[in-house]
Formats: sequence, structure tokens, C-alpha cells
Amino acid sequence: MNIHEYQAKEIFRAHGVPIPPGEVARTPEQAEEIAARYGKAVMVKAQVHAGGRGKAGGVKFCKTPAEAREKAAAILGMQIKGLTVEQVLVTEAADIASEAYVGIIVDRATKKPVFMVSAAGGIDIEEVAATTPEKILYVPVDVRYGLRSYQAMQMGFFLHEDVKRARAAARIMGQLYEAFMASGASLAEINPLVLTPEGELIAVDGKMVIDDNELDRRPEIEALRDDSSEEPSEVEARLANLTFIKLEGNVGCVVNGAGLAMATMDLVKYYGGEPANFLDIGGSSNPEKVVNALRIITSDPSVKAILFNIFGGITRTDDVANGIVTATKQNPLKVPIVIRLTGTNEEIAVKILEDNGFAAMTDMDAAVQKAVQLATTGGAR
Amino acid sequence: MSVFIDNGTRLIIQGITGRDGSFHARQMMEYGTQVVGGVTPGKGGQRFDDTVPIFNTMAEAVRETGANTSVIYVPPPFAADAMLEAADSGVKLIVCITEGVPVLDMTLVYPFVREKGARLIGPNCPGLITPGQSKVGIIPGRICTPGNVGVVSRSGTLTYEIVYQLTRAGLGQSTCVGIGGDPINGTSFIDVLRAFEADPDTKAVALMGEIGGTDEQEAAEFVKEQMTKPVVGFIAGQTAPPGRRMGHAGAIISGSSGTAAEKIQSFKDAGMGVAQRPIDFVTLLQERM
Repeated sequence: MNIHEYQAKEIFRAHGVPIPPGEVARTPEQAEEIAARYGKAVMVKAQVHAGGRGKAGGVKFCKTPAEAREKAAAILGMQIKGLTVEQVLVTEAADIASEAYVGIIVDRATKKPVFMVSAAGGIDIEEVAATTPEKILYVPVDVRYGLRSYQAMQMGFFLHEDVKRARAAARIMGQLYEAFMASGASLAEINPLVLTPEGELIAVDGKMVIDDNELDRRPEIEALRDDSSEEPSEVEARLANLTFIKLEGNVGCVVNGAGLAMATMDLVKYYGGEPANFLDIGGSSNPEKVVNALRIITSDPSVKAILFNIFGGITRTDDVANGIVTATKQNPLKVPIVIRLTGTNEEIAVKILEDNGFAAMTDMDAAVQKAVQLATTGGAR
Repeated sequence: MSVFIDNGTRLIIQGITGRDGSFHARQMMEYGTQVVGGVTPGKGGQRFDDTVPIFNTMAEAVRETGANTSVIYVPPPFAADAMLEAADSGVKLIVCITEGVPVLDMTLVYPFVREKGARLIGPNCPGLITPGQSKVGIIPGRICTPGNVGVVSRSGTLTYEIVYQLTRAGLGQSTCVGIGGDPINGTSFIDVLRAFEADPDTKAVALMGEIGGTDEQEAAEFVKEQMTKPVVGFIAGQTAPPGRRMGHAGAIISGSSGTAAEKIQSFKDAGMGVAQRPIDFVTLLQERM
């Protein structure tokens, strides 16, 4: 789960990371009021779950409160990568002597949280990694021992020769690590970590991504979720315990299992079609899940055909068949449906479907081809 | 022969009295797996289905039964502790089926299991099966048949689909291993490929990967450098958009890394067969065996 910059900064601040004062505004007037209260130059920053906010014009420097109002008015309501900006962070602008990058990710290769620090801050770290990898220091952390002082100091000295500054940076590394672990994060980033002309270190931008699997045991983090920054159909699916991602095509796919769901989408493409979505109904499906899945898929007007691909292991195919029958009785389908199922209780499922006027297929390739053809040509069930 | 499990596997089921654990305990017993015990704290001394002894702890279960393998069906909040307990009990193979284990929990579990000299498969995996001998996990037994294709995969139902198509085409399997779809898992493609290379009953390998990470690229490198047996690969998620997690926590394209195109190219560079569709495994394997 992504959280906003201002939320990440609040978590960092709670763990001691020095953050310039800032508050969220939802109107230009609020932005002006906050800027007036600070009595100095501010940054007005769009709060959306998208990278490249600065390039999109969503981050502006403002010398006066009037300018803050004007810039906030321009940013609020702006679209950044398809997302509407509904709030801005108004924060004291920092004077910059130099900028560094500090990030922690869970690294698949070492199977540990790994720090990445670089004196080349304020820019895209992936670009630094690709072009000048020697400018990045990687420090893996064994979570059983935590981040040790020597590791933090190693990073501090990588950024600053002066021992005082190195110590100050090391302290921030420790605080960031605490924030990362306490939040169940998969990524935490300060970019840039700014050195001011007065020699202070402050975190000017903050980013955090939370591991979805942590949310059940961290209700205080789950409460940070911003539904307005998600596709409405994806929110509905999440509440129904389905994994759903909307795409651009016209073949609506309902599949059990993430790998099979991806392979089904790929096969739709292989046979000349375009998938309308990724939808995984999960392992132990019940008829209710299928009803919800069909409701979400049929509410997308671009869907011209629906494809079910179910390989019954834990999933009982008769549950799926019952779900299809129930859902279509409640809301008769306006587009053709192709149902492929095989595995657990297949005979019962086929009988349920046939008794209700549906045809069942057993071959994946044949089913996908048929769905693609129906989506292209239309045609009644 | 086979890899990791065979008819000498003596299995403990952690969470044997839970909904999933009890269902799959019966499936495994029906398949012929030697289920020698179960663990549910507080139910020690009872018997599961009047036959399998239940213990309060893994230490007791291993001491009393001489088990060498455990399979975990406990809910996500308890899964990390179950894996640690299994490793501490001395079993050498631990299979964690549980889906939804926080990745930071795995950063704690992984080094511990390694230091105990145990092999962990999963979490968030369907387990493994050596057709005709033993199954540990949830792979449906009836879709498999004994033979010489080693199967290794990051996914669950996609593996079933492909194994089913292999079986229908008369291509039996030596062992099928689902390593799981999480970013940190106990066993990598390379670990399984190395085992298949050493297994005299495995003549060729079918490998099913996904978008996200670099495991497949590293596997391809291993195939190129160290394997004499033919390997055919497949990547799910060719149509997945970048930046979106496709169900599996590990299946996400970040930046330019982890794309299907990149992985498929690494397969080609390693001289592997590349299946465009699941069904292509059949002909590609037949040509190579």
C-alpha cells in the first residue's frame, strides 16, 4: 500500500527524523493561511500516489502566502498520471547546501532490508544505479541484530567527511530504520536528505510503501489508506477480498490463482485480444466471491465478453458454477460469457451450468480463443 | 529417485486441526504420504481422525515420531513462529503453504532456517509432489503421473494447469515443486534446478516463472553454466502493467527490471526452450527428451 508524503513524514518525525514543519491543505485559502503562519517561503506539494510530481508541475516554491494560494489553486484538481490532486502539503522551504539520497528496501537477493545511500541526492536513484553505481553504498541489515552503530556510521561517513555531520546522518539512518521496521514497510525513502548552509540535516521529501501483508496487524497504518487515490472498481474488489486490476482491453477475465490469471491474460493477447482486467478470486472461493467478481466486471462498459478460467484444486468448481448462476439470475448478462473449468467437482459444476443454459468448456486454449472471438464480433450467448 | 520427498518422507502437519490443515491432511494421507503426526498447541494427546497423533509442540512431535519433514497450514500471524519452531525441532525439510506472511517476518526466518541446516520451501506455495510416492502440500494428486519431467514453479494453479497438460500428453513427472510467489522464499529456482540436475530420474525440466525480481534470470544463468539436462521455461505476466502487484507479492515490475521480455530473453540466451503458451511445454519437452 502506498501512503502519502505527508503521512510518511509524520511517521519519520515520530521516530525523530528532522522534518521541516508542514501541514496539509485542501483549499487555496488553507494553503495561504499555513504559509502566512510560517512567515517564510514554502513549498506547495501535490499529495498523490504517483512519481514524477515535480516534472508534472505538482511541486512549487512560493515566496509569499499569496503565491502559495495561487500555486495551490493551480495544483489542486490537477491530474498527475490519471490521479486527481485533492490535497497539497504546505511545508517550509529549506536552503540547500547539498542533497543526499537515503533509502531502505527489502532486497530479494540478500533477503534482508538493504540501505542504499548516495551523495547524488534529489534525483532518480534508479538512474544513478544504472549509470554510476559506484556512487551508491549498499548496507544489508540482519534484522536479528538490527542496524548496528558501525553500519550507520559507515553510511554517515560515506555522505560526510566531517565527523559531526557523519554522526548526525548516522542518527537519521537509525531513526529511518526504526520507522521502516515499526511500520511494516517494504520501502522507506528520504530523497533528498538536505544539508543546509547552517550545517543542519533535514529530510525534505519522504516516501513509504507498506507491505500489504502487514496491514492486518497494523490497523494504525491501514487507517492511512486513501481510497480516493485508487480506481473505484479496485476499491470495491478489495473490500470483497478479490485481487483486481483494471486494464484497457475488452475481455473480462475471472481466474483462480495469480499465476494462472496472468497466464490467461497473456493467452488472450496471444490469440489477438486484449484483457480488460486482472482478477484473481483466490484459492478457497465461495459462490459469493463469484457474484462480486461478475458484478465488478460487468460494470465496466468496455467489457465485450467474459471469460472464466478455473482450475479447481482447493477451489471447488461447483461453487464457481453456483456463483455464476446466482449472479446472472440477479443481473442478466448483456455480453457473452465463456466458461472453462476443470478439476475438483467438475462433473457437478458442468451439470449445474448446463441445467441453467450455460455451456462449459474444459480446454483453456479453446476457451480463450472463443472469448477473444466473441469480444471482437459480439454475438449472443 | 526424485527430489526432496519420496516414500521415506515422514511428515508432521503444523495446524492439522485447522480448516485447511485438516482438509489437506486427509488428501495427503489418501495419496499415500506417511503422515506421522500433527501439531496443534493445546490438543496434544488427541488423535486426528482417530489415527494420527497430535502433539503440543514440534519438539515433542519429532522426538516421538522421528519425522523428517513438516508442512505448515497455520494463519499468517503465526506462520513465522511455526517455521522457526520447525527448524528448531530438527526436521530438514519445511514446507510453508500459508499465504500472506509479512516479508519482514521472512527476513527473520530465512537466516535462522539456513543456520539450522534445514530447507524451507515457500511460504505462499502449493508444496511439492513426487507422483506415486508422496505429496506434501496442496497439489492435486490426480493431475500428476510418475515420469521424468521435473517441474518447478512460482505459481499454484498455473502449475496445475501445466502439469495436467503434461499428464494428458503422457509426460509424467519426477517431482513437482512450487517454490511460491513471495519476494523472499526459502528455496529458489536454482536450488531446485541443482537437485533436478543431480536426480537420475529427471530427464528434462519445466520451469514456470513470473514477472518481478531476477530469480528467473539467475536460473537461466545457472542453466547455461551448470546444467546438462534440457530446460523449458515460461513467464506469466507478459501483459502486466509496470508498477502494479499482480496478486503475488513478488509479481510486480519495478522500473525496467523484472519484465517478462527481459526474462524470456535470458531463457533464450541460455539455450532454453521458451513456451509461449502453457500447451507449448508438451512439444518443447518431447523434442528435447
